[in-house]
Order: sequence, then C-alpha cells, then structure tokens
Amino acid sequence: MIKDTVTEDLLLRKPTFIAFLFATVLVCFLIFDPSQSLIGHLLEPALGDPDTSGLYGRFVTSFMLAVLMVLNLLAISLIPNFRLQVICVWIELLILFLSFFYSFDLSFEFIRSKIWFMVTQGIFTTLYVSAISIVIASFIAIIGAVAKMSSNGFAYAIASFYTSFFRGLPLLMQVYLIYLGFPQIGYVIDAVPAGIIALSLCYGAYMTEIFRAGIMSIDAGQWEGSRALGFKFSLIMRKIILPQSIPLIIPPTGNQFIAMLKDSSLVSVIGVWELMFLARTLGNKTFNHMEMLITAAMLYWMMTMVLELIQSRIERKYQKRQSR
Amino acid sequence: MSKTNQKVKEPIISIKEMNKYYGDFHALTNIDLEVNIGERIVICGPSGSGKSTLIRCLNRLEAHQSGSVIVNGVELHQHMKDIDKVRSEVGMVFQHFNLFPHMTVLENCTAGPMWVNKVPPVEAHEIAMKYLERVNIPEQADKYPAQLSGGQQQRVAIARSLCMNPKVMLFDEPTSALDPEMVAEVLDTMTDLAQSGMTMIVVTHEMGFAKQVADRVIFMDEGKIIEANEPIAFFENPQSERTKKFLSQVLVH
Repeated sequence: MIKDTVTEDLLLRKPTFIAFLFATVLVCFLIFDPSQSLIGHLLEPALGDPDTSGLYGRFVTSFMLAVLMVLNLLAISLIPNFRLQVICVWIELLILFLSFFYSFDLSFEFIRSKIWFMVTQGIFTTLYVSAISIVIASFIAIIGAVAKMSSNGFAYAIASFYTSFFRGLPLLMQVYLIYLGFPQIGYVIDAVPAGIIALSLCYGAYMTEIFRAGIMSIDAGQWEGSRALGFKFSLIMRKIILPQSIPLIIPPTGNQFIAMLKDSSLVSVIGVWELMFLARTLGNKTFNHMEMLITAAMLYWMMTMVLELIQSRIERKYQKRQSR
Repeated sequence: MSKTNQKVKEPIISIKEMNKYYGDFHALTNIDLEVNIGERIVICGPSGSGKSTLIRCLNRLEAHQSGSVIVNGVELHQHMKDIDKVRSEVGMVFQHFNLFPHMTVLENCTAGPMWVNKVPPVEAHEIAMKYLERVNIPEQADKYPAQLSGGQQQRVAIARSLCMNPKVMLFDEPTSALDPEMVAEVLDTMTDLAQSGMTMIVVTHEMGFAKQVADRVIFMDEGKIIEANEPIAFFENPQSERTKKFLSQVLVH
C-alpha cells in the first residue's frame, strides 16, 4: 500500500470521539458487571463488599475501568514513535490474554513437568510432519499447475478432479479415509505416513491453484522471448518462468505452511504423537486438561511467529533481488 | 549504399497463399512473399493491418490456417517435430524487448547458445561478449535488464538474438516502445547489422530507416499486402490510393 502524504487528524484527538468511546466502554462494562473482578476487589475499602454494593458498586467499578481504559488509549496515542506504539499495544494485549489464562488457576508445576516432553516429542513431530508434507505438496502443486494449464485432456481432467476432490473434503475426513481406507485394499499403513499423505494431498490441491496463479501472472512476452530462442517447454518452465514466479508464490506458500502446521493437529486423531495428541493425552490422568491445552496453544503460536519471521526474511530477500 | 552487393537469388523464407484467422476474424488474406538471403525488407502499414501477425507466423509464434510457410527449407505446421531448431535459426526482436529480468545481460545472451546449441560456457561467454561489443554495451554485461535504459535493453535483445547466429532476423516494431531520444541508437545498431549482410524483416513506422536500409518496402492494410516495391519507387511513386493516403499521414513532418 502506498501511504498518502497528507494524513487525517487522529480520532483520539477529537473530543466527541473520546466521549463516544468512553460511553461505549462504560456501557459494555455495565453489562458485564466487573464488580467481582480484580478492580472491584481493589475498590472494596470505598464501596464495601462487592456482593452487597449492588448497582452503585457496579456503576463505580465500571466507571473507574472506563476511565482507566480511555486514559491508557490516550497515553499510547501520545507516543510519537510508530514502533514503540506497536510494541506497547502488543505488550498490553499479551498481558490481557495471559491474565485471562492465569485466571484459570493453572498448575504451573504440572506444566513444568511436561513441557520438555511436549517440545522434544510434540513440536519435533509436528515440525517434521509439516515440513515433509509441504515439500511433497509443492511438488504436487507444480505438476498439478502445469497439468491444469495443459491442453492435454487427460492431464487437465486428472488435475481438476484431484483439486476438486481434495479441496472439497474436510481434511479430517481425508486423514481417516487414508488411514482406514488403505488397509481395506490390503495395505496397512502407519499413522505418520498416513498423516503425511493426507496433508500433502490436501495442501497440494490448494497449492496447485497458488502455483497456477503464479505461473499465469508471468508476462506472455517471457514465453515468446524464450520460444523465439528455440527453448523447449521444460526448459522455459525451469529456467525462465518458475524462477520469476517463485517470489510471487512464496508469500501464499508461507501462509499455507503456517496453516498446515496447525492443521497437522488433525493427524492426532489417528494417534500420531504430535503436539495436539500430547496436549489431549498428557493431562488426562490428573485432569490437568487446561494446562496442557494452553501450553500447546502457546507452543503453536510461538512456532507460527518464528515461521512468520522467516517468511518475511525470505520475502525481503526476493524484493531486494528484484529492485537490484 | 552497399545495397548493390550481389545477392544469391535463394529464398530463405517463402510464403504461399497464406491465410490466418482469429476465430471469425480474417487477420491475414492470401499472403504471398519470398525473402532472399541477404535481403532487407521493411513492412509498414496502419495499426491492426496484420504486419506483426505476419512476421510472428514466420517462427510460428502464431499459427496460420491455410497456405504454406517455408522457413530455411522447413515447412511450418502444427505437428512439426523440429520447430525449436527453426526458431533457433530465426532471431526475433520484440517491441517490449522480452529480456529475462532475473538474469544478467550476459546470462541473457549466453542462455541461448548454452541451452539450445550446447555451446560450452567459456565459448558462450566469448560469443556473448562479441555481440555485446557489437551493439556497443559490453560494459553493461553484469547488470540486470531493469538497470538499463529502454534503448540499451533493446540492443541487448538484438545481441541476444545474434548470439544464436541466426540466418534471418525478425524485428517486430523494435522502436515503438522507446523514448524518442533512444530510437536512434537502436536504428543505428540495426543499420549496422543490415550493412553486415544479415537477412532482415522489419516491421516499423520509421520511414527514414526504410528509405535508407530496405531493399523492398511492403505496405499492408486489412491483412493484405497492398503494395511491395523498392524504397525509391515506393516512396516517390506509390501505386495504390491506400498507400498514398498512408504515406501522406506518416510523412507529414
């Protein structure tokens, strides 16, 4: 996006907007009744027991919260540096989420005792299943994309049937079908290969479309220039078209990889010991479900953050190369 | 002019009764044309008259529907096996250059010899530098196309085609996409090439170039060859009304 050189006034500098914001926040808090919250308990000396302070207590705590929130927003809007502002908002949101989890009264002792196993077994399995699958899916996608653009009826029919089928079925169902279906034709398949096959086939179907769009977006002049030199199809594809479409393909492929990392949790249903499977099973014995689920959630989040970082690095590298 | 050097009367391109359609649209009608080795031909005409389509049929970037096109002794048709060989011997320069943006100027020039003619890298490098020197931009060899001006890019495109050692060069409006101050450098390169005896077919609106370089000027309108003549006769004594009208429009300045 190209920014305009003229900017509008900040909304938070307009008194009417601040008043509107304050009123909205106040109403929300009144509806949710914060008098039993941490703030309500802090106000106990002034208002008395939150259980008995009634509507008055409810209004005063809501009012206090609304004032705090609007002041906080105004304070953040005064930070002149964009980066600093972003970091502040991030930290505040993170604290809000963490305090939400904290309110579950989790047993950190339990988390500490299991987390090493979750990382070594769970994250490791999740990552290698996803990584192998995305590589296979990319190969499928190149072949699928070429077949879908082909004038050969068989190639087009097979490719379009494939993308239609695997995009049309829920991934969970594909996992079951492959794991339980192969034994029906006399071939018993292990859980991990079954999971990898399901993820590869499903994501290969989505990525076929990504690769096709990437290839189609290359100017027709590149094909004509190559053909005029006497290049054959496979040479044009390998040396001229694909190298130019890869910068276009990488951002959506990165997205697919991040999505796959999380969808790999679906293979837990066939007993692959990846992160989600461990999250469901480790806490079972001692009823520490929440602990394990939240730990797994945090681990998934951290993995995707690392991947996003890597993705933006790669994108920047290609942008640099283009602007040389 | 060195136009008088003796030419062997031997057609390198021979088009007979060729017709081309885009759906219902009759793009080229009954084209007959023979081009001899060493001949320089300029094709002109109003936009949409089929000039570009005609030369794109010569290396089968476009398919014709009837009649015959024979290039370098090979007839072009849908099921031919060796189109790549024909194309590698017919150089083509495009309006929008069509250089490969992800490869350096040098790589653009070595790609054809190395990948198609299987020339070893060292030799391909020598060939590329030879032709880059000929189009006067050897110092740009390690840059990327986007770093060059339009005129320089088009000269690289000419060098890239020459690296394949073509028997005939096709130019499809090579100066139409250039800024005015860059047209001259490309035309100079082409004139230089013409003087070296290269067989050339040039689609262009540059009438000065036609007068100076062409052995024959062909005027096309509505998919037909209306008139073909030597440049002096063509410009000073056009036969058809349409040619007269066209020339009065392009030669006003």
